Amino acid sequence: MAQIKFEHVSKRFGDVAVIENLDLHIRDQEFMVFVGPSGCGKSTALRMIAGLEEISGGTLSIGDRVVNDVHPKDRDVAMVFQSYALYPHMTVRENIAFGLKIRKLPQAEIDGLVNEAATMLGLTEYLDRKPRALSGGQRQRVALGRAIVRKPSVFLFDEPLSNLDAELRVTMRAEISKLQRRMKVTTVYVTHDQVEAMTMGDRIAVLAPLKRHPSGNLMQVGTPLELYDRPQNLFVARFIGTPSMNIVEMAVDADGTALRFHDFVLPVPAAYRGGIGAYAGRNVAVGFRPEHVGHAEEHQWDTISPIRGEVEIVETLGHEAIIHFRVGGSMVIGKIRGHGVVLPRLGEAIDLVVKASSIHLFDPQTEQRLPEA
Amino acid sequence: MTAVTAAPVTKAKPRAEVQTGGRKGGSHFWIHVGLIIFTFFALYPILWVLTLAFSGQQSLSIATLPQDATFWDRLRAIIPWPQQISLKNFVDVLTEQPFLTWLLNSAIVAGLTTVVGVFLACTAAYAFSRFRFPGRQQGMMAFLVSQMFPGTLMMIPLYIIIVSWLGLGNSYFGLVLVYAVTAIPFCVWMLKGYFDTIPIEIEESAIMDGASRAVIFWRIVLPLARPAVAVTALFSFMTGWNEFILASVFMTEETRYTAPVGLRFFVGGFSAQWGYFAAGSIIVSIPVVILFLYLQKYLVSGLTAGGVKG
Repeated sequence: MAQIKFEHVSKRFGDVAVIENLDLHIRDQEFMVFVGPSGCGKSTALRMIAGLEEISGGTLSIGDRVVNDVHPKDRDVAMVFQSYALYPHMTVRENIAFGLKIRKLPQAEIDGLVNEAATMLGLTEYLDRKPRALSGGQRQRVALGRAIVRKPSVFLFDEPLSNLDAELRVTMRAEISKLQRRMKVTTVYVTHDQVEAMTMGDRIAVLAPLKRHPSGNLMQVGTPLELYDRPQNLFVARFIGTPSMNIVEMAVDADGTALRFHDFVLPVPAAYRGGIGAYAGRNVAVGFRPEHVGHAEEHQWDTISPIRGEVEIVETLGHEAIIHFRVGGSMVIGKIRGHGVVLPRLGEAIDLVVKASSIHLFDPQTEQRLPEA
Repeated sequence: MTAVTAAPVTKAKPRAEVQTGGRKGGSHFWIHVGLIIFTFFALYPILWVLTLAFSGQQSLSIATLPQDATFWDRLRAIIPWPQQISLKNFVDVLTEQPFLTWLLNSAIVAGLTTVVGVFLACTAAYAFSRFRFPGRQQGMMAFLVSQMFPGTLMMIPLYIIIVSWLGLGNSYFGLVLVYAVTAIPFCVWMLKGYFDTIPIEIEESAIMDGASRAVIFWRIVLPLARPAVAVTALFSFMTGWNEFILASVFMTEETRYTAPVGLRFFVGGFSAQWGYFAAGSIIVSIPVVILFLYLQKYLVSGLTAGGVKG
């Protein structure tokens, strides 16, 4: 059992608080991704699990043991660094074997484990090379090998793919996922790339910088689809999904059935009808994803009254196209099919509709999702 | 014009291109004349030392000038080439004079200075580079300030401490102590600068692998810092090997002289054994040259290449 538990964990560097009130339960064998913009404390949280950063407050446990004051080497944790951090003066074999040698395993056993790891990662023919004679992808594989060879109970990854080129990143993403499933080891993976987070994680923890959310970094924990379909606050709504969700402040009708922004009118989705009463006559933040924005002539969506948007940017991606519309003073982004349709021209004015059943409502002050029935 | 002179440059090996790079046209003739003159200035004294050493005689003059010396006689007198070549000076210095003892003294003192100096400098520099403690900045500054005083300034205080108080006159240990202390500030700065360039992630990675500080220091950091360690070793060795003033003050028994102190007695006071002096000087310089050639292979850059992504 290697579950990891953060309980009210905080971290300060001198007077600067980086992590506050972190409560998080990472389950045994789970692939957990920490994602967030830079400065959100995700790497710091990871380094606290590793034991490379001291914990300023709260308790952190691995398995059933509180590890606040346990030395890194006694935590049974392996870590892969963004910069690979290989030992440049040792061969690949020595790099992978280093941790085992420190633990004074018999040489025969070390050889067996190193060869096994090398085979798993396709490194067998490079075992006698020095890191400088390897490509970036191979070096990252050696770093992986060094982590897996010890068969630890927790893997930690600190943005391991951000130094690789795009193509290699996709390959290594799949390889790490495969490796984790095969070894069934609790894994914490830090990234700022939400695509990596969505594709790799069993669950994702979205963290925000304390200066934006002083009460605590953790914005939401959930499966990739939970975060995508039901973001609990505006931060997660904006952070997850590319292009990001459109957020428009709209006024709630006195009877709580419709949302208005100039002549743009949306019905309040059934799920929100119960809780919206308190907001009657006030503004709410309405979020809708780009794929739920469309041309009034093409979609029979339940918009009561469409809004006129002027095409400002057209980004063609092949199977789809991303259109930036200027609506009043703000921008609305729509994602449409890229094939078999006539793409809108720049400057063209289009009546836009939104799939109202898929909108998300948030309190503009607290930024929290409104209650749903 | 340009094309004609540029042609050989482009055909030349890359090495030559580097040397002549940036130069367009014009002749190198005058540059070479200038360089040869300066080279001559540098080499002339060394040639004299060699000449005296291999002349087999003790006199400073190679040829005796007759009363009515001609131009050719005078020219001969200033050309550093012995009348006959002989190894007698070398043999005598090593057998009839106690020079071998002095060399051994020097070797012991310089060797111990190197070991003590490099060890203390490495450990101190690692602490300055990696740990944060009160007095860290002031410590580095103090090392720097200590380099700004001439060594002779410290002669009397050092004599009082080492000889009068500690009673370490005529002892290897006294000299080693002084030399190591003299060499350490420079070595610490040198090594700290190098340790700073070793990425911290490599050490963190070793921590995760279960390595203790000692293992990280000996098996990760020191092997990666070989070029800097080689330079500091050479520097420490030369500090002990070449030093004259302190050694001559502390070592008053002839059997305890170091080589530079002993050399002086060939030409001081009542004797003028220039042949011995020259032969001894050459012998003294050989170990430094050998050490340099040996350490040269460690003076390579890029040892940390491949460890982390730049």
